[in-house]
Amino acid sequence: MAFVEKKLPADAPVVDKALNWVDSRFPLTKLWNDQWGKYYAPKNFNFWYIFGSMAMLVLVIQIVTGIFLVMHYKPDATLAFASVEYIMRDVPWGWLVRYMHSTGASAFFIVVYLHMTRAFLYGSYRKPRELIWLFGFAIFLCLMAEAFFGYLLPWGQMSYWGAQVIVNLFGAIPFIGPDLSLWIRGDYVVSDATLNRFFSFHVIAIPLVLLGLVAAHLIALHEVGSNNPDGIEIKDNIGPDGHPVDGIPSHPYYTFHDIFGVTVFLTIFSAVVFFAPEMGGYFLEYNNFIPADSLKTPPHIAPTWYFTPFYSILRATTSEFLFVVQAGAVAYVALIWLTTKLPQMLKIAIAAIALIAIAGMMPGALDAKFWGVVLFGGSVMILALLPWLDVSPVKSIRYRPDWHKYVYIVFGIAFVTLGYLGVQAPSPAGERVSQVCAVIYFGFFMLMPWWSAMGTFKPVPKRVTFAAH
Amino acid sequence: MKLLKKLIAVLAFAPAMVLASGGTFPLDRAPDRSTDMAALQNGAKLFVNYCLNCHSASAMRYNRLKDIGLTDDQIKQNLLFTGEKVGDLMKNTMSAKDAKDWFGAVPPDLSVIARAKASGDGTGADWIYTYLRTYYKDDSRPSGWNNKVFPSVGMPHVLWELQGVQEEKLVEEKDPHDASKKVHKFVGFDLVKPGTMNKIEYDNAVGDLVAYMQWMGEPAQSTRKRLGVWVLLFLATLATLAWRLNASYWKEVK
Repeated sequence: MAFVEKKLPADAPVVDKALNWVDSRFPLTKLWNDQWGKYYAPKNFNFWYIFGSMAMLVLVIQIVTGIFLVMHYKPDATLAFASVEYIMRDVPWGWLVRYMHSTGASAFFIVVYLHMTRAFLYGSYRKPRELIWLFGFAIFLCLMAEAFFGYLLPWGQMSYWGAQVIVNLFGAIPFIGPDLSLWIRGDYVVSDATLNRFFSFHVIAIPLVLLGLVAAHLIALHEVGSNNPDGIEIKDNIGPDGHPVDGIPSHPYYTFHDIFGVTVFLTIFSAVVFFAPEMGGYFLEYNNFIPADSLKTPPHIAPTWYFTPFYSILRATTSEFLFVVQAGAVAYVALIWLTTKLPQMLKIAIAAIALIAIAGMMPGALDAKFWGVVLFGGSVMILALLPWLDVSPVKSIRYRPDWHKYVYIVFGIAFVTLGYLGVQAPSPAGERVSQVCAVIYFGFFMLMPWWSAMGTFKPVPKRVTFAAH
Repeated sequence: MKLLKKLIAVLAFAPAMVLASGGTFPLDRAPDRSTDMAALQNGAKLFVNYCLNCHSASAMRYNRLKDIGLTDDQIKQNLLFTGEKVGDLMKNTMSAKDAKDWFGAVPPDLSVIARAKASGDGTGADWIYTYLRTYYKDDSRPSGWNNKVFPSVGMPHVLWELQGVQEEKLVEEKDPHDASKKVHKFVGFDLVKPGTMNKIEYDNAVGDLVAYMQWMGEPAQSTRKRLGVWVLLFLATLATLAWRLNASYWKEVK
């Protein structure tokens, strides 16, 4: 087909002509309309729906401040610590850029955790949005990697020993473990080689993947359409204009809605940046103002707060706790065999895997550290299965049985408790509590195929619940 | 729900358990002189005279002291002794090997020490303020000095001429865990040899020194807070406008 360019009248404004020229060669207007301008979103979004665009804003803050930090930072074990202080003192506005970046890291996790909470509450991961969830999950993994790699760069004591502890976890893998952790570090201890490769991952590799995943997350979202607090599909109810009757174009309504949210967010963010950038030692840890020293192990090494729920699960896995895990595995297989109609072969496979795991947890077999790493990894990876674990007939918490709310509350408390205990120094009482919370954490997900279908569900409305402002 | 109650009960006690387990020396609160230029200048003088001989502050430039009201000339005449330039970093000339031989450890760089020493027990300034006031004579130590906040410290009491020499005042008490034994409980200090300052003057001087070190940990801190007020005012205004703008658009959504 021959190239046809739409003809505009000779006296059309220059802007229109220019846009027409571009649109004939690149779907600029179409892209804007599909992704935002004429993207019809449910009109009943509430407070919980602000965190997606905030995450986007924080991503931009991190990239822009990161670009400026890299201009002055030195990824060299002998210079790194001093270069951060150089940024804080001698680079014009360096302190602001650095504090925005360090506060941004924590803000990113706060916003993303709230964004995920929203998905939990309203079943936003359910069919047909499984891929949105999986892309989002991959973004979460990237964020964790990004935060982990970035945290080594200031080259303080916590940077150094945190990286040492986490890389050593790979050493728990049987046979290949020690060589694997050596390969990751590039040296026998965390050193200049490690710093350089972490720098490379932090500023190039992970951000590239992250941006791609964010694009995929948004394209998938705008393809199937947004969920909403009622968990019903607005596309089931199309009006005469061909658009969902309960949908409104994102622009201008959600544009200005999000701008309002963003200004509130920036106010809180700035309050931290300007008045409490250390945030009581949680955003910038005190120990990290001491340069890395490979000969002095700090008495208490804790990862930054956003990793601690998962880290607590690692710490909770003692050899004693493995008996609980074994008992849990037996009970779980029995539950599957007795109550599900899965194919016989699958049941046998599950039983076989459980049996191998139970054997591996026997005293004298694989040690608790290895299983701690397995549960640590499992506690993150299990999130990916959520769309298939949840089988409740309704998506939104609003129309679930009331007792489901308590299940979510208990889960939420267990998660926060794990996080709290992870920043504390280990204690016998803390260990017990974190073990109870670890059981609740895994129980919540692994039993979801059963409990999420139980109880009396409330009728779901045909139209979204919306009160005009 | 029972489980939930138990969990909450355990959590409520958790901080108490942490507190009970700590046997650290309680920290005194350092006076806040972060915006008191005279105090900061006096602190800078003490710092350069007493600390910089062995320690460095290698992130700190001498001419940054202009931020606390000194001029280039004042810095040159009063604070530079060995031919440094006013734009130089506060480095010291002692070699790491000598330091190790003399004190058993290399004296740490002090640029951000006031930030590093913060903990749940108090700010970094509190720690240094208590530390510099709790040196006591201890003949069992190689240097002849020991410290309540930093037991078995390598550094001798550099400010002893100012403070004088103090000893631990101990009273014998029954061991609460074992009635047959006695323990020595620390109740305070005895000044055995007065220094050039009395207690109030010394505490005041250390207060100035600590204020300076706290300022040096982040010279931009007062700029940051001053600017922060304007940023928050601007954003609060913007948020209010954005709120009303948003409301005017959403009025038409039925």
